[in-house]
Amino acid sequence: MWARAVWLAFRAPAGGRRGLTAKAGPQGSVRITAEMIEHLERLALVDFGSQEAVARLEKAIAFADRLRAVDTDGVEPMESVLEDRCLYLRSDNVIEGNCAEEVLQNSHRVVEEYFVAPPDRWVLRAATSLWTFGNRL
Amino acid sequence: MALVSAALKQGQITPTELCQKCLSLIKKTKFLNAYITVSEEVALKQAEESEKRYKQGHSLGDLDGIPVAVKDNFSTAGIETTCASNMLKGYVPPYNATVVQKLLDQGALLMGKTNLDEFAMGCLASLLRLRSGSTDGVFGPVKNPWSYSKQYREKKKQKSHDENEDSNWLITGGSSGGSAAAVSAFTCFAALGSDTGGSTRNPAAHCGLVGLKPSYGLVSRHGLIPLVNSMDVPGILTRCVDDAAIVLGVLAGHDPKDSTTIQDPVKPFMLSSLTDVSKLCVGIPKEYLTPELSSEIRSLWSKAANLFESEGAKVIEVSLPHTSYSIVCYHVLCTSEVASNMARFDGLEYGHRCDIDVSTEAMYAATRREGFNDVILEVLLNTLFKPFTVIVVNYENYFVKAQKVRRLIANDFVNVFNSGVDVLLTPTTLSEAVPYTEFIKEDNRTRSAQDDIFTQAVNMAGLPAVSVPTALSHQGLPIGLQFIGRAFCDQQLLTVAKWFEKQVQFPVIQIQELMDNCSSVFENEKLASVTLKQ
Repeated sequence: MWARAVWLAFRAPAGGRRGLTAKAGPQGSVRITAEMIEHLERLALVDFGSQEAVARLEKAIAFADRLRAVDTDGVEPMESVLEDRCLYLRSDNVIEGNCAEEVLQNSHRVVEEYFVAPPDRWVLRAATSLWTFGNRL
Repeated sequence: MALVSAALKQGQITPTELCQKCLSLIKKTKFLNAYITVSEEVALKQAEESEKRYKQGHSLGDLDGIPVAVKDNFSTAGIETTCASNMLKGYVPPYNATVVQKLLDQGALLMGKTNLDEFAMGCLASLLRLRSGSTDGVFGPVKNPWSYSKQYREKKKQKSHDENEDSNWLITGGSSGGSAAAVSAFTCFAALGSDTGGSTRNPAAHCGLVGLKPSYGLVSRHGLIPLVNSMDVPGILTRCVDDAAIVLGVLAGHDPKDSTTIQDPVKPFMLSSLTDVSKLCVGIPKEYLTPELSSEIRSLWSKAANLFESEGAKVIEVSLPHTSYSIVCYHVLCTSEVASNMARFDGLEYGHRCDIDVSTEAMYAATRREGFNDVILEVLLNTLFKPFTVIVVNYENYFVKAQKVRRLIANDFVNVFNSGVDVLLTPTTLSEAVPYTEFIKEDNRTRSAQDDIFTQAVNMAGLPAVSVPTALSHQGLPIGLQFIGRAFCDQQLLTVAKWFEKQVQFPVIQIQELMDNCSSVFENEKLASVTLKQ
């Protein structure tokens, strides 16, 4: 059967480190690891690495767990109420465009016709190591 | 609206005069905080053009020269669109939402963009036990015009001798609270809202208005900043059912820019006046009789059912067995879709951008922390179990399970309609509008989380529904009842609603401070009605 509950275990955080271990328990209980939290933070792009936040997560999951009481054997998931109809597809002709200026006007940082983003942290790390490496040569 | 339209055609009032009256009313009612942006210049220019058309006898239709307002989560070209969030402060869309364009093409005057709960998350906010009710956008809360009505104040005076008139103002409900307040205070004749879980019907009920949620797929969502793509629809708020029908007639129809709009041909329609309800079958869902429902609304609901029966309609009790799971199901589906839709706000192409430039991730995270309010951060937090479950626990546990429960809920409605029921009659809200001071108390949040129980299942099933103002409560506040129809039977739904509206004769709001300004608007309506009778 499905996992029954989510377990959260905190050891006293020294310097903010959360001591959690990942383990699917024998009854199917799941523990959240620090790596998972980090991964989730990166996916949602939200900082929330606090005890309170994880507790809220647990509550949300417990709330959603109520759905388990419903018998859905043989029931297909419903993605759209219009599932019985064909999605409309336009013909592949260009009918509008050439509005780069309009599209760019709302951005805070633009260079020529590019949106400017700060470097990706992996690129940053790679660039930093290359630089360090280059200096050693 | 038809009356004013007739007055415009006959030259009893010009679009510019009408526009100026509404603009002046907007200024007088600024304390309601219904508008985020008032597009005075745009409206006056449109009024000028409308006037030319009327002079030449070439009016575009019933909406030509009619002031309307649009909720601030619809894109309006050249006019700031904020979704009441720091994330989009200063964002000026380069295009109009399809529904906005349709209103403008009919000559409507755009008075401004109305206030809302941040990103229209009113109902979801309630679920997460955070503030909603059009109280949590960054521009501040919206006040319900009924707080200042003669009807409410007279009842209040009987109870207490509180001299401070403004301390106990009432909420509008949400998330389209600004649109509701705008229409209720006569600053416009119709307003666009959006409805994901009740966001148009809820404030309509609290502000004594008709709040229509059309069938999903009938009205284009192109330009409506999305919350839940599979449930969002543009909503319509008006003072009477006929007006809602006029606006729906203009907005409905296939849009090549929104592939979720149906391709069936749609034409504007005139609502027929139903005189005989003996062939009508009205269903009363028994599961909607919850203990949280106020006794006053319960009694009103019962009276309404009796009214239909006494006029010859068949009124039967029906069952929607999965009602008790609809809130949880809605919660899971919504939070997942909302998280996906919020992902676009990274500060790069538009919207708020923080100053951190160290790395993309750091910039994104800080931008979003600065741009979003607690509600959204909370939602994002709560949605994390979706990717969480993908990683660790079987995905089917939650999201797919919720999708299956959604089908069961939608099927409940299909079964009821297949058994011969034409419309369902339910309450819209659990209670009348409450004072803001009460609303924000901790122990009230639990109740407001349930407040969407009557409205959100309809969004999951994609059905049309309309809240019709029915009567005033003992406190002198509006109570609305909801009619739910079959998919794409919006016209039939509105026909029944119109019959009901005529039976109940809901009173017009008497707003003391605005009386002087109101009377001139009324005069024109009276003039027009006199002319029509002749």
